[in-house]
Amino acid sequence: MTAAVEFKNVTKCFAGMSHPALDDVSLTIDEGELVCVLGTSGGGKTTLIKLINRLHDADSGQVLVEGRDVSTVDPVELRRGIGYVIQQIGLFPHMRVGENIATVPRILKWDRARTAARVDELLDLVGLDPGEFRDRWPSQLSGGQQQRVGLARALAAEPRLMLLDEPFGALDAITRGDLQDELLRIHRGSGKTFVFVTHDVAEAFKLGTKVLIIDRGRVQQYDTPDRIREQPATEFVRALLSSGVGGGTFCSVAGRDGA
Amino acid sequence: MGDFVAYWASHQDKFMAALGEHLVIMGVVLAWSLAVAALVTLAIRRSRRVEGAVLQVLGALYSVPSLALFSLLIPLTGLGLTSATIVMVAYNQFLLVRNIVEGLNGVDPGVVEAATGMGMSPMQVLLRVELPLAFPVIMAGIRLAAISTIGIATIAATINAGGLGTILFSGLRTMNVYKIVDGTVLCAAVALVADVVLKGIEKLVTKRISR
Amino acid sequence: MQDVIAYFSTHGADYIQMVLEHLNVSILSLAVAILVAVPLGIACSRSPLLEKISVGVSGILRIIPSLAVLVVCVPILGTGVLPAVVALTVLAIPPILINTALGFRSVPVDVLEAARGMGMDERLVFFKIKVPLAFPVSFAGIRTAASEVVASATLAAYIGAGGLGQIIFTGLGLMRTDLLVIGGASVAALSLLVGMLLSAIDRRMRPYEFAKQ
Repeated sequence: MTAAVEFKNVTKCFAGMSHPALDDVSLTIDEGELVCVLGTSGGGKTTLIKLINRLHDADSGQVLVEGRDVSTVDPVELRRGIGYVIQQIGLFPHMRVGENIATVPRILKWDRARTAARVDELLDLVGLDPGEFRDRWPSQLSGGQQQRVGLARALAAEPRLMLLDEPFGALDAITRGDLQDELLRIHRGSGKTFVFVTHDVAEAFKLGTKVLIIDRGRVQQYDTPDRIREQPATEFVRALLSSGVGGGTFCSVAGRDGA
Repeated sequence: MGDFVAYWASHQDKFMAALGEHLVIMGVVLAWSLAVAALVTLAIRRSRRVEGAVLQVLGALYSVPSLALFSLLIPLTGLGLTSATIVMVAYNQFLLVRNIVEGLNGVDPGVVEAATGMGMSPMQVLLRVELPLAFPVIMAGIRLAAISTIGIATIAATINAGGLGTILFSGLRTMNVYKIVDGTVLCAAVALVADVVLKGIEKLVTKRISR
Repeated sequence: MQDVIAYFSTHGADYIQMVLEHLNVSILSLAVAILVAVPLGIACSRSPLLEKISVGVSGILRIIPSLAVLVVCVPILGTGVLPAVVALTVLAIPPILINTALGFRSVPVDVLEAARGMGMDERLVFFKIKVPLAFPVSFAGIRTAASEVVASATLAAYIGAGGLGQIIFTGLGLMRTDLLVIGGASVAALSLLVGMLLSAIDRRMRPYEFAKQ
């Protein structure tokens, strides 16, 4: 089975930063995983995700998606096969909800019937009644509803890989919790690979099948949540765990492993 | 090129007289405009709906060509400076009231609350807190009104109000190229100088407020 | 009042002719201005240097009294429709240019990121995202320009371009109250109608901004 995403000795620097955003990073993300990339601001997590869909290009090293080096693929074509969800959501204000979701299918020239069916299917999937929401304008939706539409839009063309950059960061705690549960449900039913960036320790441990902890451009630890909790690899990881937890709150993430 | 300068030199007194007239018109109109705008703003400040409605009416008025308004007013107030002044004051209302309202709305409500809380009467709050803080935006409105007035005052020459427009029209009538060009340059210069001066004042005021 | 009715019964055809002249000059000038200012505005949003120059020149042009711009075209281009259209076009370009540049610069960054991130190429981003979102701002500039153009077209009657201003100038020359009222009211009505039409178009273009929460 080809890995969904692979990083081979990837380095990326930005002007004005004292250390590389990513410093000789190598890792493999397997198909079907939900990998949470966790770290503090500026630690390299957003850079990592943007190297996958080539919103940034690596200075050295290789980034592979499904075995293909992304630098050899046309970036536009690459992105049409990857779902991308961002914190500010970025719904197109001049298009109705249904049209927003249908964006990539339209670009890929799906026929109308298939697109319409897909739109309704996705609205159902993210918990919004199609009849009620299909024709609304983004400005008429709450923050949580907007991000559900953002998710639906990213899932529309059935990508095998989904990139989510702090998607729930701008929402209140209750909405965030609801959407986290939705995301878990969607991921479990889909077989897709999710790469999810967050600075929230609790969120990372709740959602991830694996957690990738990154600081100052270097991977601190990359393992399942349980193993990280049992054996934190570095001081940074230890500090992160104690800051986000308050002691033992993650012992059971209900429903995930049946525990 | 030299001919234009020569014409200017030999007719300087006429140009200066027209310029003087124009500046006086501008001063008088602006003074009246501010007074009226202040009253209008006070009157409509109580209700957002009234504010919105009045601004819409003033906006519609502002969009009507000045020559048309002059024309409609003549049967009532005759030719000359009176009609012209009334029209120009009316035009300026939209620019001034809109900016006064915008400026007052832009004042941090926390500051107003603090002032009221320490026992200032509404009028004191307005004069000592709101207006000074709103002043930069109001100043911008005054600048826009001044430029607008300079422009409309040139048109007011058609109804015998004097000013720089008389040079332009007289130049047209006699097809005197020198008069036309010199007159145009003078009009443009007056407007541009006024804009620069007023922008400078605006900057000064903004700096002092945000200290 | 009887004079007014008398005027229309004898000069009805002339009146319609003048309305059409007024509209023709205005529409022509506005169209040329749009054709020049919109592409230039889009170019400005990509080149800061070009923007500085264009916006600077536009700013200066907006301050100069429109009558001066109109009159100075006469020695160069004579009287009639031509100098009027040239002057009106020059007057209409600044607001359209400034607003178009602003509109294209103000497209929300997160919307652009989402669009590019989902695989839109630059051509699609331009036509499906930038243009629809920038156009309302640009259109506001067109509305301002239209108001300016209709007003200056009134003045242009003085230099032989025809239009409703003729009624006003005749009225001034002969001191005929009926002509002054008819002329003034007609021009006012025309400009208000144009304004309302453009306002209605504006609202239709942005249904998403007026939708109820």
